[in-house]
Parts: sequence; C-alpha cells; structure tokens
Amino acid sequence: MDYLPHTQDEFQEMLRTIGVGSFEELLDAVPPELRHPVLALPPGRSEPEVLRRCGALAERNRSLEDIASFLGAGAYDHVVPTAVDAIASRGEWLTPYTPYQAEASQGLLQATYEFQTMVCELLQMDVANASMYDGASAAAEAVLLALRSSGRPRVLVSEAVHPHIRQVAATYLHGTPSVIQLIPTVNGVTDLETLGRMMGEDVAGVLLAHPNVFGCLEPMATAAELAHRAGSLFIASVYPVSLGLLAPPGAYGADLAVAEGRCLGNPLSYGGPGLGLLAASNALVRRLPGRLAGCTADRRGRRGFTLTLQTREQHIRRERATSNICTNQGWLALRATLYLSLVGPGGLRDVAQRNLERGHEMARRMTALGWIRPAFDQPFFNECALTCEPPRSWPVLARRLERAGIVGGAPLAGWFPELERSALWCMTEAVPREALDRLIETLEAC
Amino acid sequence: MKIPADLRYAKTHEWAKREGEEIVVGITAHAQEELRDVVFVELPSPGRAVKAGEPVAVVESVKAAFDIYAPVSGTISRTNDALAKTPALINQDCYGAGWMFALRAARADDYDGLLSSSAYQEQMTASRQ
Amino acid sequence: MGPEPLIFERSVPGRRGFGLGAPDGPTLPAREVLPAEQLRTRPPRLPEVSELDVVRHYTRLSQRNFCVDTHLYPLGSCTMKYNPKLHERVAALPGLARLHPLQPEHHVQGLLELLSELERSLCEVTGMDAFTLQPAAGAQGELAGLKIVAAHHRRMRRRRDVVLIPDSAHGTNPASAALAGFRVVQLQSGRDGLIDLEELRRKLDGSVAALMLTNPNTLGLFERNIRAVCELAHARDALVYMDGANMNALLGIAKPGEMGIDLLQLNLHKTFSTPHGGGGPGAGPVGVRAFLEPYLPVPRVRRRGRRFAWDARGRRSIGRLHGFHGNIGVLVRAHAYLLSLGREGVEGVGRTAIVNANYLKAKLAGASARPGGRDSAEGTGGGLAIPFPQHCMHEFVASVKDLKASGVTAWDVAKRLLDYGLYAPTVYFPLNVEEALMIEPPETESKETLDEFARALLAIIGEARAEPERLHDAPESLATWRLDEVRAARQPDLRWSAGEPGRSGQASAAAGRGGADDARAG
Repeated sequence: MDYLPHTQDEFQEMLRTIGVGSFEELLDAVPPELRHPVLALPPGRSEPEVLRRCGALAERNRSLEDIASFLGAGAYDHVVPTAVDAIASRGEWLTPYTPYQAEASQGLLQATYEFQTMVCELLQMDVANASMYDGASAAAEAVLLALRSSGRPRVLVSEAVHPHIRQVAATYLHGTPSVIQLIPTVNGVTDLETLGRMMGEDVAGVLLAHPNVFGCLEPMATAAELAHRAGSLFIASVYPVSLGLLAPPGAYGADLAVAEGRCLGNPLSYGGPGLGLLAASNALVRRLPGRLAGCTADRRGRRGFTLTLQTREQHIRRERATSNICTNQGWLALRATLYLSLVGPGGLRDVAQRNLERGHEMARRMTALGWIRPAFDQPFFNECALTCEPPRSWPVLARRLERAGIVGGAPLAGWFPELERSALWCMTEAVPREALDRLIETLEAC
Repeated sequence: MKIPADLRYAKTHEWAKREGEEIVVGITAHAQEELRDVVFVELPSPGRAVKAGEPVAVVESVKAAFDIYAPVSGTISRTNDALAKTPALINQDCYGAGWMFALRAARADDYDGLLSSSAYQEQMTASRQ
Repeated sequence: MGPEPLIFERSVPGRRGFGLGAPDGPTLPAREVLPAEQLRTRPPRLPEVSELDVVRHYTRLSQRNFCVDTHLYPLGSCTMKYNPKLHERVAALPGLARLHPLQPEHHVQGLLELLSELERSLCEVTGMDAFTLQPAAGAQGELAGLKIVAAHHRRMRRRRDVVLIPDSAHGTNPASAALAGFRVVQLQSGRDGLIDLEELRRKLDGSVAALMLTNPNTLGLFERNIRAVCELAHARDALVYMDGANMNALLGIAKPGEMGIDLLQLNLHKTFSTPHGGGGPGAGPVGVRAFLEPYLPVPRVRRRGRRFAWDARGRRSIGRLHGFHGNIGVLVRAHAYLLSLGREGVEGVGRTAIVNANYLKAKLAGASARPGGRDSAEGTGGGLAIPFPQHCMHEFVASVKDLKASGVTAWDVAKRLLDYGLYAPTVYFPLNVEEALMIEPPETESKETLDEFARALLAIIGEARAEPERLHDAPESLATWRLDEVRAARQPDLRWSAGEPGRSGQASAAAGRGGADDARAG
C-alpha cells in the first residue's frame, strides 16, 4: 500500500511533458554517489497485513480495557463520550491544514475561538491560546514568559510540582542565565514560610501545582499574594477536571495558568499526544506564545474568524518571536471543545464530584485495612499518597494485584526517596466500582 | 510623496523634528505606506538611554513587524500614548498626530547631522534604481 | 450559508449533552472534605446544549473547512499528503490507545517494540545512527537539536554562540535558535538560490556552533555542494543541522547521514502522513550521528534480547522535553505508514513527489512562457515567473511579481485560488523571492488534479491582467469573504463573553505594554 496514484503510462507521459527521457535525469543536482542509497526495510504490506502486525503488537500490551488502573501521577484516564470520537474523526476535522487562509477555515477558526473561550471560563482567566504541546511545555513557556516580561532572572518552583514538568522547564531554561529554585514542601504542600523568605525583587515568577504531585491541595491564594507583593507573576499549574469543583486560577489571582488538558475528551495514549492549556491575564496577551483565533468581520460586515496577533509568532518575527511553536495540538483542542460542550457546567461538576467521591472512598476503604495510611494530612481531590506499613510493601503487593487484574498506584520512591514506602493512588470516574471492591478484597487477603 | 522640508531624516525612514530641548521622532510617509495598516506600536519607556541607530520601538502591521531606530543618541523623554488606542494615527498623520516618541539628545549637533529632506529624497530615489 | 452561531449562543440553561448517570456509590458533599475557600463559587460559563446540538453545530462547522480529504493543498514545505484511514484504525486499537504511561514495562512490550522498530526505520531512511521520538513537533525537534549542539560544544569546552541560517529558512529555524540561546547570523544565498560556499567560508568563524540548513532548500533545490558545505563546517568544528521538513524529496533518493549531516529533525505530520488535525498534533523526532547520541533526551527504548525497556541513563542528556514519552498516538500512525510502504513504497514516494513537482512546474512554466501554447489558458502570456527553472526536487517556487503592475499580489492570487476550490500554495516564503508562491504537489495527488491546478492558476493570471479587482475581492464564492485582519489585530477579540447576543468580549487594545507592572494584583 503506497497510496501512489500514477499508472505507468501516466508516469511516462509526465516525464515527456517535463521533457526528460527518464526519471534519473531529474536528479542532476544530486551527487551520483549519494543517489539511491540502500534501504534495508522490509517489503510493503497490504492493509490486512498492517492491521495484523499492529494488532499483534497491541495484543502484547495490557491496556485499561482488560486491567483496572489506579494510576494517576500526571496522566488521568477519564471517560470520553462517544460523540467526541464520532465528530472529531470526520476528515474535515482531522485533515485540514493550520488555518492561515482564514476564509477556507472558518469552521476550524470558530471552533478554536470557542475553545479559547471555554479554557478562559474553566480557568477563569482573560485570554487563552489555541494550545501548547502539553501541560509540561506549557508550564515551561509560562516560566519563560515571566522571565522575559519582567527581565528578572529567578523563578521559584515548588518541589511539589510534578517532576516531569520541572524537568521540562529545566531543559528549556538550560544554557540561559535564568535560574530555577525549588521551594521545599512541608507535610505534602509548599512551605509558605520558606517561600516568603525566598521571595525578592529579582523573582520573575512563582509556580505551584494544584492539586500538586502528591494530590494535595495547595494554599494558592496565599502563595499568589506572596508573589505579587514582590512584583512577581504567579503561575498556577492545574488539573482541568478538578475545576468542576475547585476554585480556578483566576479566582486566586494567577497571572498565568497552565494545565494538561488531555483529560478533556482525549484518550490516555500512553501519555501523548497531550494538550497544553495556557491562559493569561489581559496585560500579558502580546507576550503569549502560540496561535490566537480572533473574531472580526468580513468585507460584508458578517462575523468571521481569523488568526490574529501573528506578529508574535515565528513565521513573522523569526528569532524575536515569543516562542518557536508552530504546529500545536489542534485536533486535541477540538476534542476538548466537544467534550466541554457535551458535559456543560453541570456535567463537569458531576464528573468532578464523581472523582472526589471515588478517590475518597478508595482512600477510606484502603486505610481502613489498618496497614495503609495517608502520607500527608491534607485535603485532596481524586488522588493521594498512601503509605504501606512494613512488612508489606507496594512493589511486592503489585504482583498480587496484577493477578487480580489491577494496576496499583505509582510508587513515589523514584521521585522522592524519602517517600519510598508511599505510592500515588488515584480513582477516576472511568474505573468501575467493581474494581474497587476487587482491590479491597485482594488487599485484605495480603 | 510628502517629505516636509522643515524636518530631518534618517535613511531608515524615521523623521526627526527639534522642538526646544527635545527631538520628536516618527516614521515617514514612505515607511507607513510600505507597512500598510498599523495595528500595534511598541514604544520605549521614558528615561531609557538610547544610542543612535539602536532599535527602540516596533511598528506592527498584520503581517510584519518593523524596528524603528533612534536617529540620535539621547534619553527618551516622552511617548505618544494615543498610539496605544489608535495605532492608525501613524497611517493617517505620520508627521503630526502619529509622532512616536521624543528624546533629549546627548549632543545638540547630532540633529544637524541627519539628512535634509532633499538628501532623504535623493537617497530613496537612488535605492530604487 | 450565513454565519454559524457560536455554541454558546445555542445554550439553553438546564440542557446537557453527556452525563454519568445517577451516583453509583456513597455521595460525599465537597464541603465535608474540602475547605470552603478551595471550592469553586461560580461555575464556568460553558454551553448548556444537548448531544444533538453539539453534533449539528460541529458537523456544520466542519463543512466550512477545506481539508485534504476534500481539497488539494499544494503548500510548499508542508507535504499535505493523503492521511490513510488505516492509521486511524490502528491508533484507536485499545491495546495502543488505552495505556497509562506509568504502567510497568511488562504491560507495554508491544508498544515498546513498536517504538523501537520505528526508531530503527527512521535511522534506515535517513542514514542517522540514533533517534529520539520525544519532541512533540518539528519546532520542538529543532529546539532539541540545538540544545544538543550547545551541549556538545560545552563538553568540548568551546564557546560557540552563533548559528548560521540561510535567508531562505523557515521561520521556526531562527526562532528555535534564539530560544536555544544562540545568536542568529544570516547567510546570503547565492544567485543560484543555493548556499554560497564563499559566503559560508567567510562567516564560518570560531564563534559558529552550527549551520542550520534545509535540503532540498525552500526553493525546492537540492544543495549540490552539500558534502563540501558539511566538510567546511566540520573543518571549523561546527555542526550541521538539517531541518527535515523537506524529507519527502529524499525518501529513497539520498540519505542525509551520507551527506555529512550531524543532526536533523523529521516532521511526521508532513513526510510520514500523520494528519495535520488543523494545527497538530505532529511529532518531530530528532536523528543524530553516534557521537551525539549521549545527548539525546531520556528515557529511550532499549532492546535486551526479546525484551524492551525504558533506559533513563544519560548523564549527558539534554533532559526531558515532554511530560512523558512524546506523541505516541502520532508515532503509532507513522509506524503503520512505514509498514505499509516498505522499501519499494518509500522509494516510490520520493520518486513520485519529484516527478509531480517537475511536471507541475513544466505545465506552469511552459504555458506562461508560450501564450496560447498547448495547455495554456487564453491570453495569459507571462505573469507567472519561475525564478529557478532547473529541475527541482519535490517543490518549486513561482513568482507573481510581474503582476504588481496591475496592483495584484501573491496574497490576492492565493485568495482567488480558493474560489477555484483549491487551497493556495505557501505565499511570501521563502523571503528571498519577491511575491513568492511555494508549490509542493504531494505524491498522493493525481495527474488530473495537477492539471486542474495548473489550469486554475493560469486562468487567475489571466484575470489579474484583465480584471484585477476580482482578485482584490477574492474569495467571493465562500461563505465568508475576505476578512478584516487589521481590525482583528487592532481590537483583539479572543473570546466570547456573555452579554449582548452575538457580541463578543474584547481584550483591551492597550494590553501588553506594561508587563510585570500590569500584572493582575492579588
């Protein structure tokens, strides 16, 4: 299957029109010693063969279709309404180009404008862009934005921000004169006293996650105040589904809000593609990276949409662009728009409520066993760090759980050695209640 | 194309006018025509020290962004805040209401070293050939 | 077709499209476990609509888009080839889609094998020694590559802070270089459109970290001196980075690894057929020579016998670029594509892409030079110039600067093509050609589609001379006419707000001048 349309006759006719006798003549600019390299690839396959091969690879994985997962730790499995797949899989949504020719892309631009609006509403911020690659790079770019707009060299990031997010931010900043300093935690949340002492006139921004990597809720409003007192920006990294219940970044004074938006209508897909959400206050709009869809009118005065403020972007500003981002996550943003339209405010609150209930019931029934306790005495949403008392340990229990068709919480030992007996347990609305019963049963027998 | 005789010019298409202690700066009719509709102007902060030839402001159209250079060295004294609300002033009245910023020159004679209107005109004609 | 209302304008309080049903476990009022100040007081103003409302609204919106499934996109350096439906089937297999990135390795052996095979195939096609599949798009791949360049020079204790970039480069190139902390110095292309060896020699001093080039370049021309270019750079200890956006021309034709290229990124949503999705997701894997492998982002998939594992070791790694392992869903599609193509398919792609471009160039050049000649539209006779008439690779550049006399620009021509049911080529790029149209007819396009495009473009050239106003007003046959982009930039309206029906909220036009001073107070 190569999807090449030309017959032999057509091919020859085309060569004649070009005015050459053979294809080889078209390669006159390519040094002969480079031409037609050996390609050690297997022969092409038909559709059924490709499906068979890929199906076999898929079969060797244990997906969440046949195993119940209590994993969270930065990637959350949520129910995707079937209408999202059905609409998004239309060729008109899957195969268009980036909407630079606005008149030929009104559907896409309007959907992007609707997406931007919904993100603003969800996060309670003034303006949102058309997406970043994922929550981690969105956070990194928010940090860069704070550094550039203030001219200050230092950024403070809570230790309780997901380690992967911190690593990506560090990669982006590496080689620049700017510095990231970690704010320590105490009892599972950011240590505000220490943060207060770390603040200064050279701090461009402060980044906290909410819930944080331990699943704990952070004192965001107070942290924001501390940042603003020194003239720094406050950046909140949040979990979109939780915002059905939790106060959004705009409510506690965030200047920038970022999130991993894949949880809204997109499959887990082993953590990628993601959907980076980035929203800001009005004052920062011209510093935003990424595309922005704007509402305007056409020559007849009828409402229409177009990409705007493009002079921020790489295709115009080149090395002075706000970022280098070009292709983003448009299709996932569309799916998030479909999801948020289907659930509406009431549905989102219900999903959040269901997550809260599931997460708390899971924690209650597990701690009731007597040898499991919460690592931190803090409010949480749908995920918390649970510690396993000796002689039992999560790695050993994992084998028992697997035999019962369960994947347990993510052990924290790799990221936080002092928490080697703890794991992050999460239960979303996508996990059947029956799986919780099975989990408790299995643990009771351990 | 209008090139007022009472102004001075830089070859990068800025005009300059001495007004007492200050030198007021904007872009010429030629520049604003090339740019087409101005959508946004980024102006320097008052108090900033600038060198002749240094990019100090940016004028944006829908499809392009252009640097505006300080014609002489000095300190920015004030900026035309009306441009924030109405960037189109640059298209409508580039020598008057569309002025961009004023600066206090480091050396008074630098102004005289700028191009006269006929020299600017000549330079433009030459570069077109 | 009038304007479609916004989904918010269809909202009816109380309507809902999707629900989870009645609670199936113990209820728990949020106030009982969460502090009051942490709770949301005002619900987000999302639309309240039924499932049918959503289906109708977004189906109707979809019908207002051009897309590859319905239209030719002859966009230079974008490679808008057909996106096989087969890949959607594969990517949706639960065994590939419903996996959590932190599941134990023995749960994902099939996926890890797929990623390992994909890496090997990409090495084979490009002649590079190792790949990272982590970057989420071409631009992120460029950033990764440049960070690797920086890390390498730091290790060699060399102070190299400049990247040389030809004037014909794509905008992401200088943007990525700046983001990576480099200073950009532009290389003036020679009169033949290629890298000028003398200019390169002059600018290759002890401050240059890398040369960032595209081959074939954005004029569609193969850099015939590529080996000399690489040798010159290497003699000065500078690395050569290739932007792989134009890889479609090289499939089966030549391997960058054999040209002397040290590192490159591929765009899977271009060369490897994964769908554009209206602006992503893409993927930008980065391939390197063996000596740069230690700098690749970690973790990477390692094979040990029949088992696959993530290897997070990498003291010299530039670090992590993605929250997890990259755009897996996109990587899966690219892998299915390579399985489908196989060796002969890969060779066929490069060959057909080159023939398609040269064929279309011949149709346009021949007709415009010979008014009334075979295949030309009546009365065209000039107006479309082909600045570099020699054999091109998979794309070529035309110029309509001769139409300036009629007051018609490349942008006008692009808009008029929309009226002919054809998406426009890339306009105003590359920067070193005036009123440029960069045209790339992907290999999946048939001869008759190319003929149709040529006819349309030539007819438009004719119109430009006879009735130029038609082009200024274009497009006129679509539901939306030419949009006021000036107003969109002067008064940015970036979100809808509740208020007057049909009116949208407006961001302040004065926004953005203050920066930290204007930051929202606590």
